Formats: sequence, C-alpha cells, structure tokens
Amino acid sequence: MKKAKTAVAVLLSTSLLFGCSQKNEEATTKKEETKEVAKDALDGVTAEYREYAINEIEEFVIATEEFTNAVIEGDVEKAKELYAPARMHYERAEPIAEVFGDLDPKIDAREGDVPEDEWTGYHRIEYGLWEKNTTKGYEEYAEQLMKDVHLLRAKVETVEVTPDLLVTGAVDLLNEVSTSKVTGEEDRYSHTDLYDFVANVQGAEEIFNLLKDEVKAKDADLAATIEAQFAQVHSLLDQQKEGDGYKLYTDLTEAEVKKFSQAVDALAEPLSQIGIVTEAS
Amino acid sequence: MTDLSKETSIFEKKVSRRGVLKAAGIGGVGAVLGASGLGGVLALSDATVTKGQSNDIVPFYGANQAGITTSPQDNLYIVSLEVTTDSKQDLIQLFKEWTEASALMTSGNTVGDTSTNGNLPPKDTGEAVGLSPSNLTITFGVGPSLFVKDGKDRFGLRSKQPAELVDLPKFPLDALKKEWTGGDLCIQACADDLQVAFHAVRNLVRMARGKAVIHWAQTGFQRTKNADAQKVTPRNLLGFKDGTVNPDVTSKSALQKSVWVQKGDGPDWLVGGSYMVVRRIQMYIEVWDRSTLNDQEATFGRHRDSGAPLGKQNEFDSADFEAVDETGRLVIPETAHMRVARGDGKHSILRRSYSYTDGMDTKTGSLDAGLVFICFQRRPSTQFIPMQQRLAKNDKLNEYIVHRGSALFACLPGVQKGGYIGETLFD
Repeated sequence: MKKAKTAVAVLLSTSLLFGCSQKNEEATTKKEETKEVAKDALDGVTAEYREYAINEIEEFVIATEEFTNAVIEGDVEKAKELYAPARMHYERAEPIAEVFGDLDPKIDAREGDVPEDEWTGYHRIEYGLWEKNTTKGYEEYAEQLMKDVHLLRAKVETVEVTPDLLVTGAVDLLNEVSTSKVTGEEDRYSHTDLYDFVANVQGAEEIFNLLKDEVKAKDADLAATIEAQFAQVHSLLDQQKEGDGYKLYTDLTEAEVKKFSQAVDALAEPLSQIGIVTEAS
Repeated sequence: MTDLSKETSIFEKKVSRRGVLKAAGIGGVGAVLGASGLGGVLALSDATVTKGQSNDIVPFYGANQAGITTSPQDNLYIVSLEVTTDSKQDLIQLFKEWTEASALMTSGNTVGDTSTNGNLPPKDTGEAVGLSPSNLTITFGVGPSLFVKDGKDRFGLRSKQPAELVDLPKFPLDALKKEWTGGDLCIQACADDLQVAFHAVRNLVRMARGKAVIHWAQTGFQRTKNADAQKVTPRNLLGFKDGTVNPDVTSKSALQKSVWVQKGDGPDWLVGGSYMVVRRIQMYIEVWDRSTLNDQEATFGRHRDSGAPLGKQNEFDSADFEAVDETGRLVIPETAHMRVARGDGKHSILRRSYSYTDGMDTKTGSLDAGLVFICFQRRPSTQFIPMQQRLAKNDKLNEYIVHRGSALFACLPGVQKGGYIGETLFD
C-alpha cells in the first residue's frame, strides 16, 4: 500500500464505466489536451501502458478469485501457495491500481496502516494464514477482498494515463521497493517480499521499455545506464530464485539485503531522469 | 545531454545560494529592496551583492586540498565509500563531477542549474539554499582497497599504490567492527554548519549512485565558534583539552616535515597530498564519570581546568617529564596519555579530531559517544603507527576508551581550476 498519495492520474469520470470497451476509452483519452510538448510522441506509449496495466489487473482478478476461493474452502496450504504470485499482478500495475485512494488500503493495507477494525484485504488474510495457520474466520475477508478487486477492475477503466503518471510511476514503483520490500515490512508474516519486489521492478521496467526510444533519442547514455542497472538488479534477484519462486525474506543475509537496497538506489537515481522525455527536443 | 559545464559557469558567476532567495524576493536584503521598483531590479540583476558579505569561504582550488590545515570548523561529516563500478572511466568521471560540484558548494552555490522541467527531480537537493558557505571544505581520499582488493588489481592502479598506503596493523586492544573499518574512498566535509556539511556529502553521494555506495558515515562536532569566541583549544567529551600539541599550520617547513607528502617519499602522484588516519574511538563515558579528578588528571597527564601539563600553570607551558613529587614518583606518570603519545617527541602528527555522539548503545543502555580521531601526516609508518603502538600498550586512557573503527586514506593533492581531484593518480 502506498503511504502518501501523489495524485498524478486524472479520473475522467466519477461514474463507473462498466463494460465500456477499451477502444472507446482510448478515444476519450486522446481528446484530452495536455500541456506536455512531447505529447504526440508519447500518446502511443500511454495507450500501450494503459493496456498493460489493465491486463495485469485482469490477471489480478483471476488470481484473487482462486486465492479467495481457497480461503473460503478452508484450504490453508493452497491459499498460502497462491498468495504471493497473485499479488504480483497488483504490484506490477501499482501506479494505476493505487490511484484509487479508497480501494488501495482495502486491498493492500498492512497491519497498523489503518485502524484495526478497518483492516481488510490481502495482508489481513496473510496474517491468518501464517500467524494462525488458519482460514477460519477469514472467509468474510476473502469475500470482501474479491468485491473490492472487482470494483478496482471496473474503476481502472476511468484512469487517464498521462506522461507524468508514467514518469513518476516508474520511480514510485522502485520507491515502494526501497521503503517496504527491502525492509521486509510488506509481507511480514509470509516473508514473500521478494515476489512483490520482483513485480515492482517488472512494472518499472515495463514503463522504461515503453519510453526507451524517447529516452534514447534525448540521452543515449542515460538509457544505457538505466538498462545496465536493471540488469544488475535482475541478476541479484535471480540469485535468490528457488524453484518457480523466490527465497523468503528471512532467508536473506544482512549483506544481501543491503546489496539489494543499494542496487535499487543505483537504478532509481538515473531512472528519475526519464522525465526528460517530456522536454521539447 | 545539455552542456552542463557552460550552464554551471554562468550559474557560478551569477547566483549564490543566498542570491537565489534574493532573486525570488524573499531573502533579507532582496525583500527590503524589493519594496521600491528600482531596488527590485537591482536585487534581480545583481546577485553579487552577497559576494562581498561572504568572508566565510575557504578556497577549494590550491596546491593542497583544503580541510587539512584549515582551522577546524564547527562540524564534521565524514563518509567512507565502497566503489561498485569496475570501470576506471566511471571513476574518473565521478571525480570530475565531484570536483565541479565541490568547487560550487564550497563557494556557497547550488550544484546545478535550476531546472524548469517539473517532471525531473531538482539537481540540487536544496537544504542549503539560503545558507552561507560556512567555511565548507571537502577533502577526498583514496584507501588501499581502491588499488588492490582480494588480490585483484581493480583499476590497473596496482603499480601506483604507495608502500605507505596499506591497511593499518592490528594494534593491541583494537575492537574494530567491520562496518566501521576501511573503505575505497573517503569524503571529509567540514563546515561551521552541520546542514551545510550534510548537504555537501549528500549531493556527492547522490552523484556516486551506481558507481559507489556508502561504507560508513559519521558526524562530528566541537564547541562552536559562537560558544567560544576566544577559540581556545577545544575539549573532548572527557572534559580535557585535546589538540594542544600540533604542528604549526602557518609554518611551511613544519608542514613539509610532518604533513605533506614530499617528492621522493613514494609515487609522485601523491606529492602535496597527505595520509589521513581515522579512528572511531568509543568512550566509556559512565566509567569515566565515576573516576576521581586525580585519576582523570593522571590519565591525561594534564590539569583538567587549565590544560597545563601536570606540575605546570598554563596550557602551553612545556611539560617536565623528569619532575618527581616528594615521594619520588613521576609527576606526569609513565602511563599518562600525553607522555606515551609524545614518545621521543621527534614525530608529530596533525590532529584534527571531532567528538561524536550516536544516541544510545542499545546493547548496554550507555551513551554511545566518543572521538572521531582524525590525523594527517606525511608518513604513517613513522608517525601514527608507532605512536598508536605505544598508546595501545601503555596508555592509561585505555581503561576508558575502545577503538571501534579504523581507516587509512591517502588524501589527494590539491587541484587547480580546470583540473580534477585525482588527476595525478588516474591520468
């Protein structure tokens, strides 16, 4: 969950556009005038990103359905297995997903982020699964989570993706890694923080890849530096692979955690310069 | 990329950190002048008004780096860095950027132009805007591990490593912690304002991202110039004057003898540089507090209040190491810190230490405080090392202190405008 909102996305409409086709949405987006000088060149990019994010949220709906079903059916082991991979879809699309200040905490709040009686969502169920080793009493949370995720899916249609959202979103994803994943505070019961870590990095890389040609055109050195630093972070993550997944956070040494943290800083600093794509050539 | 150097040179001329505020009409003079139309124009077009007021600038360029013989500023912020890049070219580029930024910051400027793109992070982190230069000095050093690490000649510099630039030997009683020991590079920032010093290090570390990471970092303090207008010798946290015996920094020959590396000492690239030893020394404050005044004075070999050698009246009176009291015992005990440190008195070091406090020792609940011992010298093997060997063996002060951190760096020679710090080593 995001601690402080940086409202960069614009909601086109407060009413929900259920069932509205994607093409119509793109047309609407294009009608909007923005001040960015390089807007024309970036138009295709924002549309592509929108598609990516919505696709991830759709996957998130499916994965959440499987996860919540397992909870409702009382299958602790299966629920544990599905927990981390399901969250990855959300974490990849976080710049868009967390635009909704009301839904993000309901889905993704950690213990203490919200008053105890309002604490719902993934981490509430995580607590039951790992701390109590049970699903009993958590069925309601599962049902509520599913509702909230469906609502999220409907609402994302209303998000207009602007170049600003992309530029800040990429770094925001890495900031999420720096402030909660690297510290092991995201998945504090399951210790599956590395899954979220990987997903955040993938989400940031998606944005960079979409903007890469633009960045290259403005500053080829910068593009090369960012690529090299992404590769560095990936190689560190690859070292922690275990089967289809990743090692538990608690299995990392202090030195490994520090290395991760510094590698993310080394990547995020040059990545924070991609805003040059909004400058006139 | 935009032509940074051109932009900065314009920036350097025109806008000091205070000038930024004045141009915006919110700084002291600017705000007042701004009331009249003419004043407003003047404040905008001529930021040099502030230049004349800045008598707290220590020149960055020169034959030697500043921050060594510079009269100690109120605050210290020192960091040791680990180089993560394998590319010598990256390293050279980093030193070039550091040089340019250091020249700007020490003269009271921000590190980059004021970007107008709201989609980019600001070039300067901003916390020193409006603050005076505060006598900021930034001193760069290189450690032994920059040359060879784990047997590997990292940057093709092995042949340039001076014989003196090797890890300090292990001294008796050393209780060094890995996280406070060594480092490939060192940045020492000293200023009369801690925020100014912090700003300098922070921006330099930011530039290093992807090339180097912090290995350890430590702030230090002394009594401020405000608190002590007379500028007498500062006291350490044990209450005693520290730094009474130092080479005369105004004497060129004294500095050549003890501080600056001379031609023929080793590789030429370090001529005009100096070896810096850093020791993080924790003090057992609580234990010291319950020892008697006599015991404390015997520990240092000095009177606490005056700083005078035991048996003498004034701080700078010369010590009588032979004097005995009526019972025949030495007035300055055999184990007194000042006696042991002095040795035969032939080799002095330039001490430039600061006190530190890092809150509480969470293990014991004691205050975590002590001394960031820093000294400069021409040849560690005949200066700091034998001195510390004597101290570690015989110093009575060892009952009250413990060495937790240690590092040796070769502080690079100074640089002239147009060059960069480290050029003699890397070119």
